[in-house]
Amino acid sequence: MQTKISRRSFLKGGVAAACSVAATSVPAVAKTTEKGQQLATLIDVRKCVGCEACVEACQESNVAKFPQPQKPFPKMIPNRVPVEDWSDKKDVTHRLTPYNWLFIQHATVDINGEETELNIPRRCMHCSNPPCVKLCPWGAAKQMSNGTARIDSDICLGGSKCRQVCPWKIPQRQTGTGLYLDLLPSMAGNGVMYKCDRCYNRVAAGHAPACIDACPEGVQTIGPRNEIIAKANAIANEINGYIYGEQENGGTNTIYVSPVPFEELDNAIETGQGRPHLKAVSDQMADGNNLAAAMLIAPLAGVAAAVGKLYKNVKKTEGKEIN
Amino acid sequence: MNRLPLTIAGTNPIRVIYLMTLFGLVLSGFAQMPIFKRYYIADIPGLGWLAQFYVTHLIHYLAAIIFIGISAYLLVDYLMVRRKQIRLSGSGYLRAGLLAGLLMTGIMLVIRNLNGVILPSGLIIFLDLAHLGLVMVFLFTAVTCLMLKKRWTTTR
Repeated sequence: MQTKISRRSFLKGGVAAACSVAATSVPAVAKTTEKGQQLATLIDVRKCVGCEACVEACQESNVAKFPQPQKPFPKMIPNRVPVEDWSDKKDVTHRLTPYNWLFIQHATVDINGEETELNIPRRCMHCSNPPCVKLCPWGAAKQMSNGTARIDSDICLGGSKCRQVCPWKIPQRQTGTGLYLDLLPSMAGNGVMYKCDRCYNRVAAGHAPACIDACPEGVQTIGPRNEIIAKANAIANEINGYIYGEQENGGTNTIYVSPVPFEELDNAIETGQGRPHLKAVSDQMADGNNLAAAMLIAPLAGVAAAVGKLYKNVKKTEGKEIN
Repeated sequence: MNRLPLTIAGTNPIRVIYLMTLFGLVLSGFAQMPIFKRYYIADIPGLGWLAQFYVTHLIHYLAAIIFIGISAYLLVDYLMVRRKQIRLSGSGYLRAGLLAGLLMTGIMLVIRNLNGVILPSGLIIFLDLAHLGLVMVFLFTAVTCLMLKKRWTTTR
């Protein structure tokens, strides 16, 4: 018997599937928000079919946050300061831009002798200790209590330090918008940096991020980080797979699970500007934070030196008095 | 009997190290802003490191460690020994207060950078701006004191 599926019933089914995935995500989001734990997302690379429903949903959900630059742009002093303008290329979806915070990378790999195409949704990793947030000189990049790293477009001056310190070079700049226009538009600043903010406003309202809600394949799961890590490890054990994001840069809140090693995936994907890699990343803040421990010892060393000097002087004076 | 120098740091190597540390702190501190590359300073041979944020971050921390150690040494030395001969001048109090403010805001920012520490964003903006503002005021005060030959201390 042949079953005929009408367009209407297909859409109904799709919506029902999306709602059921969303329904499973909402309690996890709410639970984590209540407890103030860091939220993490799990991306099961095997499931992604590369349909870009998440990319579309991301753009639709965040359109109000996208830049609306004023043209012509202020003359940059000195001339070497690059203008980065994506306002005429808003439909670009093959890389990260100020108007596209999520894109799909494609990798053709060999799994058990069979050539397989894997699709990898890429966006901000939302590091547990994000260098973009910690090293921003103005506090324009913020980390929320649930672990979301976001850039405040009202404060950001577009210096792009966040992109330079990000191990994946995620934030993207749009010139001609933001606070710098009201300060010294030619001399300092160069726009605003944009990246995934994990739909912080939706999450605050108890919803899952738009990309998770829209995915028809249930590629992404969101929940407390420890639960997501446990789930990722369970899948990896089951499929003899690999995890990315658990240790990278000291741990991130975006965890990938793949049936092939990430070195292999990294070799198979196109990387470059706006197209992040999948290499192993050491904890970028670790050296500084190890030195921070030495700061506790420094005053003790200073006090010990001063007391030692005093003791030496007293001994010297006593010796002279005896003689 | 050896005469004590009439400044807290004296004229010994500590004074030289202290001034060099302050210079290192100011330079690596300003390098936290993306300005040295933009304005060609990092293009000067030997100064390329000024545009490498992780390098300047570590140098700032290292200089801060030396600064804290020497400050603790000078403070204890002053309180236990030199206070009998010298006292802080008015400009000395001003400079010490500014340095204390820089130290406090700096320590808070170091804590902010630790893994697992999430401070309120308003507090972070305040700390960033206060740290920058204090160093600007300190530099202005230090240059003014140098021009007017104002010393940190006076004799009792």
